[in-house]
Amino acid sequence: MTAKVMTGAKMVVQALKDQGVEVVFGYPGGAVLPIYDEIFQQNDIRHILVRHEQGAVHMAEGYARSTGKVGVALVTSGPGATNAVTGLTDALMDSIPILVLSGQVPTFMIGTDGFQEADTVGITRPCTKMNWLVKETDRLADTIHQAFHVAKSGRPGPVLVDIPKDVQFATGPYTAPEKAKVSHYQPRVKGDIDAITRMVELMETAERPLFYTGGGVINSGKGASQLLCEFVEATGFPITSTLMGLGAYPASGKAWLGMLGMHGLYEANLAMHGCDLMINVGARFDDRITGRVADFSPKSKKVHIDIDPSSINKVIRVDVPILGDVGHILEDALKIWKARGRRVNKDGLAKWWGQINEWRAVNCLSYTPSSSTIKPQYALERLEALTKGMDRYITTEVGQHQMWAAQFLGFDEPNRWMTSGGLGTMGYGIPASIGVQVAHPEALVINVAGEASWLMNMQEMGTAMQFRAPVKQFILNNERLGMVRQWQELLHGERYSHSWSESLPDFVKLAEAFGCKGLRVDDPKDLDDAILEMIRYDGPVIFDCRVEKHENCFPMIPSGKPHNEMLLSADADAFKSGAVLV
Amino acid sequence: MSALKIKKGSTSHSAYDLRDPHSEVEASHTLAVIVENEPGVLARVIGLFSGRGYNIDSLTVAEVDHTGHRSRITVVTRGTPAVIDQIEAQLSRMVPVHAVHDLTAEGPSVQRELALFKVVGKGDQRIEALRLCEIFRAKVVDTSLESFVFELTGTPDKIDAFADLMRPLGLKEIARTGVAALSRGF
Repeated sequence: MTAKVMTGAKMVVQALKDQGVEVVFGYPGGAVLPIYDEIFQQNDIRHILVRHEQGAVHMAEGYARSTGKVGVALVTSGPGATNAVTGLTDALMDSIPILVLSGQVPTFMIGTDGFQEADTVGITRPCTKMNWLVKETDRLADTIHQAFHVAKSGRPGPVLVDIPKDVQFATGPYTAPEKAKVSHYQPRVKGDIDAITRMVELMETAERPLFYTGGGVINSGKGASQLLCEFVEATGFPITSTLMGLGAYPASGKAWLGMLGMHGLYEANLAMHGCDLMINVGARFDDRITGRVADFSPKSKKVHIDIDPSSINKVIRVDVPILGDVGHILEDALKIWKARGRRVNKDGLAKWWGQINEWRAVNCLSYTPSSSTIKPQYALERLEALTKGMDRYITTEVGQHQMWAAQFLGFDEPNRWMTSGGLGTMGYGIPASIGVQVAHPEALVINVAGEASWLMNMQEMGTAMQFRAPVKQFILNNERLGMVRQWQELLHGERYSHSWSESLPDFVKLAEAFGCKGLRVDDPKDLDDAILEMIRYDGPVIFDCRVEKHENCFPMIPSGKPHNEMLLSADADAFKSGAVLV
Repeated sequence: MSALKIKKGSTSHSAYDLRDPHSEVEASHTLAVIVENEPGVLARVIGLFSGRGYNIDSLTVAEVDHTGHRSRITVVTRGTPAVIDQIEAQLSRMVPVHAVHDLTAEGPSVQRELALFKVVGKGDQRIEALRLCEIFRAKVVDTSLESFVFELTGTPDKIDAFADLMRPLGLKEIARTGVAALSRGF
């Protein structure tokens, strides 16, 4: 059978359909009009009109992270493409599979500084896993299929296909996905059995073992999370996770130590510092995790499972590197461990847990409660209590609220927690929450936000309204750039340079302006009722939760300090006065 | 230099990786990167070096397999063993990269560079330039009454040495291709 001949614009839509795409987040413009014309003439793919292209890309990210599928965004040339850059970089840092399709000026105008022309592949080269400028309609469908393959294979990431307008108008033969060129890009998924056996041997004798897991477990799929849980339960080893990996092992599980890192839990960080066997599963020794590299977990043998060869030995040298997919490697490791007799060092483990329980008793998340003002920690405790057990997805913005959310909300499943980890993109949360809601229309989707971050992409409330995405914007409003303020207090002599916002909008009136519901609470007594009202409301809600303005987020490992020099809330005053800084 | 007289950073003479992973000693490495010859690949490879702060001492690139659309990028870089490992890993995970070979680490290799020298002079200087040209087995590829263009192929060191000698004899311009390299044997 000969290939069907069609226009490039139609090919785009056909290729998306053939790749199983159900929804595209986008914004039209001159250079993508032929594609929009095709979108108009079909009903299989839903188009969500955003208010800013950055929103489209974050929505695609939210969609991808909550479903495990590739998220798709469609933007026009020039400013449309440059507005997508932050989202692409965010997805690159957090290994999120998304495809951005951008329009481009016609091929014969490229290089003439045409209207809305930008060197899109040049600009996005360092912030994509791969990108392509398609100059011939004949190659368009094949390139889009390749793009999907690259986005989801190996370490996932963002890809971009730049399509000049004349390529969209011209006709050519359509290449079906099964006919597409087989890519040489086939990253290895199976781990080296000798290395896996070496890891199992270390597990059998370790006195103070620890699983340190990351976003790689989530990216590997639900099966990987199940295998991880099985392994943890069977060995009785404690487990901690990075911000990116929350939910892979359930927060309600008994081996769970909580998140580690700069604002991680005391027991998790001290376990990292004191362990004799660290099993890194799909994490990358980020600087927010390691603190001072020279003093990072000095007594441990380190195993590192990662699908990206460049992650191994990049920051921390490891004893047993295992290159491959987390799911495949855990499966093999579990098999080998069982076949060798399911051995662990029981005495060592019992002592280790004794030590960990002492650390746990420090109760590092404790804070001074208040009956007059809402403590942000209290707000999240109540949110957790009132939404637990619901079909719930959480997104966040970036800052103190993000860290509190990671500390106080529990995730029992993967793909339920969407946050900008690597890039730390303020303005990520609203669009991400909309992307999640579009993928899960019946679920409760809450964006835990700070008012400053939230304002960065608040225009997307229009998108939420137009497409009936009942996202709940839970804003912890302290009228400050909280994390910046905290660093200024602790590390910059309390000189609060530009870390507060004056003339903030009235969020309730803002909600009314968008046509959604606004709620404001400043009394702890009213909090529960307001949260319940938010949950019950059938539509988007902007929840202005007025919280304590000067609360700091603890524990905290100051930048460049090792894990065992963590600050708890009680230490903060001493630290400020220099006692700890000597 | 260790007691074994094995140069630090060298693995050419042993079956074992003798490089100390914690060594802070920088060494020059020649990498051969086989890539899909498609638009933007060179920019992507070079962007990696500039974006992550790695050095490029020399770079050559050309399509070496016209039917398979493969290009060979030979890049001479410099770094500690950890940095060199990281460069190799970063290159090998790139989508359009088929293979990366660290020719310095993998064994002995042949390295060649071609250079053109324009030397302007009269009388004795001109005769001396021509004599040195013969000694270095350079070729005269262009001449006028007052100038020569010499073509010289060799290691970068040899080309540097020839340039040093030509400088007082009226060297006006040099064009160098950068290093092309292949491993010895098979």
